[in-house]
Amino acid sequence: MALEGLLWCIATLLGTGMAAVAMARHRSASALVYGVALCACVIALAIAGGSLLTLDSAGEKLTLPVGLPWLGAHFRIDALAAFFLLVVNLGGATASLYGLGYGRHEETPGRVLPFYPAFLAGMNLVVLADDAFTFLFTWEFMSLSSWALVMAHHRRPGNAAAGYLYLLMASFGTLALLLAFGLLAGPAGGYAFDAIRSAPQAQLAGVVLVLALVGAGSKAGLLPLHVWLPLAHPAAPSHVSALMSGVMTKVAVYGFVRIVFDLLGPPVWWWGGLVALLGGLTAVMGVLYALMEHDLKRLLAYHTVENIGIIFIGLGLAAAFEANEMPAAAALGLTAALFHVFNHSVFKSLLFFGAGAVLTATGERDMERLGGLIHRMPFTAFAFLVGSAAISALPPFNGFVSEWLTFQAILLSPALPQWLLKFLVPAIGALLALSAALAAACFVKAFGVTFLGRARTEAARDAAETDRWSLASMFVLVALCLLAGILPGYFIDALAPVSQALAGAHLPRQDELDWLTIVPIAQSRSSYNGLLLFLFIALAAGVGAEAIHRWASAATRRSAPWDCGFPDASPLTQYTAGSFSQPIRRVFGSVVFRAREEVYMPPPGDASAARMHVRLHDVPWDVLYVPTAKFVSFAAERLNKVQFLTIRAYLTLVFGALVVLLMVLAVWQ
Amino acid sequence: MAVALDLVVQLGQMLVVLAAAPLLTGYVRKVKARLLRRQGPPLLQPYRDLLRLVRKEVVLAHNASWLFRVAPYLIFATTWVAAALVPTFATGLIFSHAADMIAIVALLGSARFMLALAGLDVGTSFGGIGSSREMMIASLAEPVMLMVVFTLSLLAGSTQLSSIAASMQGPEVGLRVSLALALVGLIMVAIAENARIPVDNPATHLELTMVHEAMILEYSGRHLALIEAASFLKLLLYVSIIACVFAPWGITVSGQGFTAYLTAFALYAAKLAAAGFLLAVFETVIAKMRVFRVSDFLGAALMLGFLAALLLFVSRVT
Repeated sequence: MALEGLLWCIATLLGTGMAAVAMARHRSASALVYGVALCACVIALAIAGGSLLTLDSAGEKLTLPVGLPWLGAHFRIDALAAFFLLVVNLGGATASLYGLGYGRHEETPGRVLPFYPAFLAGMNLVVLADDAFTFLFTWEFMSLSSWALVMAHHRRPGNAAAGYLYLLMASFGTLALLLAFGLLAGPAGGYAFDAIRSAPQAQLAGVVLVLALVGAGSKAGLLPLHVWLPLAHPAAPSHVSALMSGVMTKVAVYGFVRIVFDLLGPPVWWWGGLVALLGGLTAVMGVLYALMEHDLKRLLAYHTVENIGIIFIGLGLAAAFEANEMPAAAALGLTAALFHVFNHSVFKSLLFFGAGAVLTATGERDMERLGGLIHRMPFTAFAFLVGSAAISALPPFNGFVSEWLTFQAILLSPALPQWLLKFLVPAIGALLALSAALAAACFVKAFGVTFLGRARTEAARDAAETDRWSLASMFVLVALCLLAGILPGYFIDALAPVSQALAGAHLPRQDELDWLTIVPIAQSRSSYNGLLLFLFIALAAGVGAEAIHRWASAATRRSAPWDCGFPDASPLTQYTAGSFSQPIRRVFGSVVFRAREEVYMPPPGDASAARMHVRLHDVPWDVLYVPTAKFVSFAAERLNKVQFLTIRAYLTLVFGALVVLLMVLAVWQ
Repeated sequence: MAVALDLVVQLGQMLVVLAAAPLLTGYVRKVKARLLRRQGPPLLQPYRDLLRLVRKEVVLAHNASWLFRVAPYLIFATTWVAAALVPTFATGLIFSHAADMIAIVALLGSARFMLALAGLDVGTSFGGIGSSREMMIASLAEPVMLMVVFTLSLLAGSTQLSSIAASMQGPEVGLRVSLALALVGLIMVAIAENARIPVDNPATHLELTMVHEAMILEYSGRHLALIEAASFLKLLLYVSIIACVFAPWGITVSGQGFTAYLTAFALYAAKLAAAGFLLAVFETVIAKMRVFRVSDFLGAALMLGFLAALLLFVSRVT
């Protein structure tokens, strides 16, 4: 029943996409497409939420007579799929609501409207797929429809290159997944997930893990496969950026979880170490890249890389604990990762919507040309502030809860028997703490330079508050950030069936505890209560404000800023994004980015301006991608000669190839 | 009845930290002055400062936004709640399960986040310099704090401060190298987080050396009073954490009776006095370092934290 309803929603989305091709030029096309997408996503969201709470462990299956003739297209919804459908459709619904307002500013609706619902449908289908063929087909469908959205404004500088790189990386990732499924299916070629599950563990299971890590990781943005992400995500229209960053990366996480925790069978301990270490490095590198970035949307995209790293830390820990038969700890790691999946999708969508509102109001993505927007766009500023606090893992918002759970999982690591993991996991914990603290620094920069201070350009000075649809969508997400932060117990309970199915255990029921505290392991070990903290802070602030306003002076006077008696009139003397991150660049930059600062001072008597030039190197790009590209172009150059041979030479080549193949065949037999 | 009593004790703790925090700061200033052979301000001077600030009018910069006016209340409230959740004279308070050590540190992070934003709000260069450096220091201090938490949770099997204090009093802990290293690491974090010498100078008004003071340069009147109160509370909080983890003697368990509270309270006052004295001596004998040396300072603290955790693994085997 639930599955049929979901498939109807998906069919509606696909139909809307096709209809949009025909009527994209119509005036009300935008409202219609986003309206229908909103309804479909809300219905799918309700179905997914209901299924997560009520579905039994077997789930619900359906086979459609499309796809491979002997296989058909299998679809299945179980607890894991239901949870990810919830994330996908929550993102889809809020993005559509936002699109109702934002879409009106679109210059080329014909390039966005047909692909938008198709993209939503694709993500839903990946999560529902229950055989390898359907999974890969819908995965590619999702990739291509999002690629089309990235290329919507293909004439803007850089977008075409971003789209090209995205296409390459997406194909590479799918190739890895194709090989992974090939190994999983085994010699008998059972491509249905049921067949894979019931078969004995695939040979070369470690290789499958690495392939899944490459395939899903390249889509999710795991180091060093993240290079396309900060280019492609910001190139799309903002609500699509939100979907790509907040939701599509989660579909990639889903793919990884499905393969490693469900299909692949019992894990080996080093898998967990590898995944968690990659996650930790990704988290720190992602946030350091973000700190060096001045483009608001690209900064957010780099933070997606960071948060994907945090999610993979949780998943890696879960695998390591599961390999050592510690189901309660594995459940904690998995719950932390999945809760962070939900949280990140909420606050990342919120932040991208805020960035989109800024972009519409000012036409600027470069933070160095913004400033003072809190006066012109107070509601957007408030929403962005909540999103910033949430992503910086600050209580009482939701980002803190899932990172706290990840820390609790890390603190269980001394019980692991392997010495390598014993030493590795504390270091990963330090990486996680570092990334959380740097994220706070980065969002002080992002919010402070964009919204606070004085306007640096005309565009920022004349900005106006964004439309009501966009604001409504942002405030829905603000409410969710707070709710998931102060009532995390209900969310953890909702995840119980997922971790029960994958890790064989779940966290203790949280909703029966006093005061709605969350207790992952035992009360004496650790507990957290966001609701109490929130009430306490509200109470303390209220008492403080009341006391001060009753007994103290309420006089307020406006005047020029003090600034040690030396206020400068020009807004250009404010701290910029570059100067804000300068101390952190000094600390980390010379190692991580091989940063070089070149200072040019004019000689005495010369009145020209002094200059400072900072050169940063993207090390993975220089070490991995540039040599690969060079090799490919070198090989292509050489092979190019084959195009200009005589007919005799071609015949010789054909004959030679035939002989070699026959010989290979003979030797093989 | 029991719940009511628990609530009274919890409320009492909130008021105690609020009342004691300025005294601790005043005491540290007094001892520092005496060490420099100066008379120094009276012990109660911080209270008078707060009172005077509260009575004065607020001078706001022209383009200060609502965030600038709301931030002091939130900073004060968050820091106060965090300080009230650390066991001072009694463990097992009714709300102590609301936050463990990680959450308390994160609460301080929330306060710092607001403060750094407030520093950027007016759009002056000094506000920016303060915010930028504060966030750099904080981002280096946080991993150290986590390594300390890691070490303590290895020993005590908990991140809950009440449980850690209880297990530190137990017989099985004893003297350990790890604990010493963790203590040094924690003290270094506390110094950095509280803007004390050698990381920052709380008494300076020389522009380019300021971190914390630069951020709050634009504040005045009641807003400044709240922020000052929050920084007093923060110092008390770190001293309380160190006292409760590394010197847990005499902390009573909630519900032990009036005399137990009284002795615990006297002991707590003695611990604060000892810590304040040591802080003053330390600040007097050491020179402030350059801002970019802070990363070395905190890097050393991180190494100590790591060593503490690793030594614990090694000592468990032998």
